[in-house]
Amino acid sequence: MDYSLLFIQFLNGLQLGVLLFLLASGLTLTFGIMDFVNLAHGSFYMVGAFICASLTFWTGSFLWGVLLAIPLVALVGLATELIVVRHLYRRDHLDHVLATFGLILVFDTLVQMIWGAAGISVPLPQWLDGQVTLPGEIVFPTFRLMIIGGGLLIAAGLYYLVNHTRLGMLIRAGASNRTMVGALGIDIKTLFTGVFALGAALAGIAGMLISPITEASIGMGNEIIITAFVVIIIGGIGSMKGAFVAALLIGLIDTMGRSFLDDIFKLAMSTEAAETAAPAVSAMLIYILMAIVLAVRPQGLFPPKVR
Amino acid sequence: MHIWKPISAAVACASLLLSSSLASAADSVKVGFVTTLTTPAAVIGNDMKDAVDLAMEHIGGKMAGKPVDLIMEDDGFKPEIGKQKADKLVKQDNVDFVAGFIWSHVLLASRKSVLDAGKFLISANAGPSPIAGKLCHENFFSTSWQNDQTPMAMGEVLNQKGVKSIYIMAPNYAAGKNMVAGVERTFKGKVLGKDFTKWGKDAQLDFSAELAKAKASGAEGIFVFYPGKAGGAFIKQYTQAGLEGKVPLYTVFTVDAIALPKLQKGGLEGVLGTENTQQWSPDLDNAANKKFVGDFKAKHGRYPSFYAAQAYDSIMLIKSAVEAVKGDTSNMDGMRSAMKSANYESVRGKYTYGNNHMPIQNFYLRKVVKDADGNWTTKITKTVYTNHQDVYASECKM
Repeated sequence: MDYSLLFIQFLNGLQLGVLLFLLASGLTLTFGIMDFVNLAHGSFYMVGAFICASLTFWTGSFLWGVLLAIPLVALVGLATELIVVRHLYRRDHLDHVLATFGLILVFDTLVQMIWGAAGISVPLPQWLDGQVTLPGEIVFPTFRLMIIGGGLLIAAGLYYLVNHTRLGMLIRAGASNRTMVGALGIDIKTLFTGVFALGAALAGIAGMLISPITEASIGMGNEIIITAFVVIIIGGIGSMKGAFVAALLIGLIDTMGRSFLDDIFKLAMSTEAAETAAPAVSAMLIYILMAIVLAVRPQGLFPPKVR
Repeated sequence: MHIWKPISAAVACASLLLSSSLASAADSVKVGFVTTLTTPAAVIGNDMKDAVDLAMEHIGGKMAGKPVDLIMEDDGFKPEIGKQKADKLVKQDNVDFVAGFIWSHVLLASRKSVLDAGKFLISANAGPSPIAGKLCHENFFSTSWQNDQTPMAMGEVLNQKGVKSIYIMAPNYAAGKNMVAGVERTFKGKVLGKDFTKWGKDAQLDFSAELAKAKASGAEGIFVFYPGKAGGAFIKQYTQAGLEGKVPLYTVFTVDAIALPKLQKGGLEGVLGTENTQQWSPDLDNAANKKFVGDFKAKHGRYPSFYAAQAYDSIMLIKSAVEAVKGDTSNMDGMRSAMKSANYESVRGKYTYGNNHMPIQNFYLRKVVKDADGNWTTKITKTVYTNHQDVYASECKM
C-alpha cells in the first residue's frame, strides 16, 4: 500500500466532507428547528457561486469576491424566507417539497436569465492556484488545503455559536421543542428568519469554495443537495455535531471508494469485471451507509436530545 | 345537444390540423433537429443551433426552391425525453428528416422511433458503436464519426510520440466506454490505470481522487474524454494538482471551442499547447469551412465548435439530398443514394460514406494556440489518419 497516496486521498476526502458540512449544516438547522424541508437549499449554493464569480471578476480578487458575496447570499436567503418560506411552516411536508421544488426552478431560471446557460469559470489568485509540499514529499493543491482549513474554522465557529451563545441556546431549544420556546416569549419568527439566512450563507460559502475547482453552473446545487440530505439523515436531523461527523464520514467514504475500490475488487474478480463494478458500487457506497444507519439507528447517529 | 358541441369542435380542430399538416408537407421540406437546449449542456446545443441557423441563412431558407420548415427540440440531456421528442417529430409534425443528437445514449433511445416511422435519421454528433455495427440502418447517416475513431487517432499519436504508459479517465456511459475502447485498441504502451466516473444529471465534477491516483501511478501521460462542462472542470483541477508540465494531457472531445473561451477567461494557461485529435478544426483550409467559420465568428463573436461544424454539415447534407430529387421528398430511394455519395461541400473537406453510412474521413492532431487576436483556439499540426473507417463497419450487414 502506498501510504502517501492514502494520505492524499484522506485529505481529498476531508475536503469533500468539509464542503458537505457547510451545505448540510444549514439544511439540518432549517429541518431540525423549523421542521421545514428545503429542497431549494442547493439553490443558495448555486447563487453563492454565481454572485462570487461576478464579484471576483468585478473586484479582480477571489477573496474579495467571497467576502462580499457572503452577506449578499444571506440577503437572498432572508428575502426567500420573508417572501415564500415564512408562509409554509404551518403546512405539511408535502407542501414544503412542492413549494421548494418550485423555488429550484425559479432560481435556476433566474440564474440563466442573469448569467446565461454557459456557466462561469472562477479564476484563483496565483498564490492559491499552486501546490504546497507537505512533510513526506506529499504535494497537495493549495486551494484544497485552504478549503479544509476554512471549513474547519467555520465549523469551530458554528460549534461556539450553537453551544456557547444565547442565540445558540435558542437554536438548540428550538430543535428540541419549538412550541415551548415560543411559549416562553421568544420571538420565534425572527429566530427562524435569522437561522434561515445563516443556513443560506453557509450553503453559499460552500458554492463559492467549489466554484474555482469546478465552475459556477446552473443546477450545481441540485446535484449535491441529495448528498447533503444523506448527511443529515445519517447525522441525525437537527444535530450540528451529527452533520459534522456524517459529512466527514461521507466525504471520506466516497473518496476512498473512488480511489481504492477497483483495486480491492481486482483481488476477487477479473480486471474487466472490477472495472465495470467498481464505479457502480462506489457511486452507491454512501447510500448503502445510509441504509445501514437507518436500519440500526433510524434517528441518526447524533439525534437532538428531546424531540 | 351539449355533448355534441365539444366533439364537433374537436373534430373541426383535428381536421384543420390534419389539412394544415398535409398542406405544408406538400410544399415545404420539414427538418426536425434534436439537441440539448436546457441544463448546463445547453451550451453545446446552443452552439449547434447557431450553426443550423447560419446554415439556414446560407441556403436562404430553401432547398430545391422549397421553403425549409425547421423544428428545434430539446432533449433535456435525457434519453427518455429525446425519444419523446423524436416521436413527436415523426408522428405529429411528420418531418422528413430528424437530425441532431449530441449524446450517444439519447441517440440510441431515439433511433427506433425515427427509423420505424420510415424517416431519415442524421446524427450530427453521437456515434455509438451499435449504430455503426449491428444496428446499422439504410436510413441512418452520420455527419460526425463513430465514437471509437477519434480516440484511436489519439492512441496512434501516443505511439508516434513514444509514450510508454498512460492513465485513462472517462465518464461512465456509452460514449465513455467507446472512447476508452478506441484508445486502447491502437495504443501499444501500458495502461496503468483507468477510472470511469459518474455521469448524467448528477455527474461527478470533482476529480481530486482520480488525479491523485493518476499521479501516483507514474504514467507518462493522461488520456481523458470529458465533454461539456466537465472538460473545463477537469483541466482546472489538472492544473491545480500541479500535473501540468509533468504528466502531459491528451484529450478527445474535451478541449474545444466551447471550453476554451471559458478557460481563457479563467486564466488557465496550462491548456495552451495541449493536443487533441478531431476530424475538423476551424483552421481547415477549404472554401466551405472558411465561409462557415468566418460568418459564424462575424455573427457570434466566437469560434464555432466541432459540434457546430457537424450540425452545419447535417443541414448541407440534407439539402444535397432534397436537391438531388428536385424537392420530391417522397422519393426516399433517390434521397438515400444522394446522401450516400456525400456530394456536398462539407466543412471538413471531401469525405465518403462506408457501408454503414459512417463517414470515411481524415483525423487531425490539433494543438491549442493563441490566434492573431489573442483568442485561444485549435490549430492542426498534422494528419493522423487519412480516409479512416470505423472498425464496426464489418459488423454491419448492409
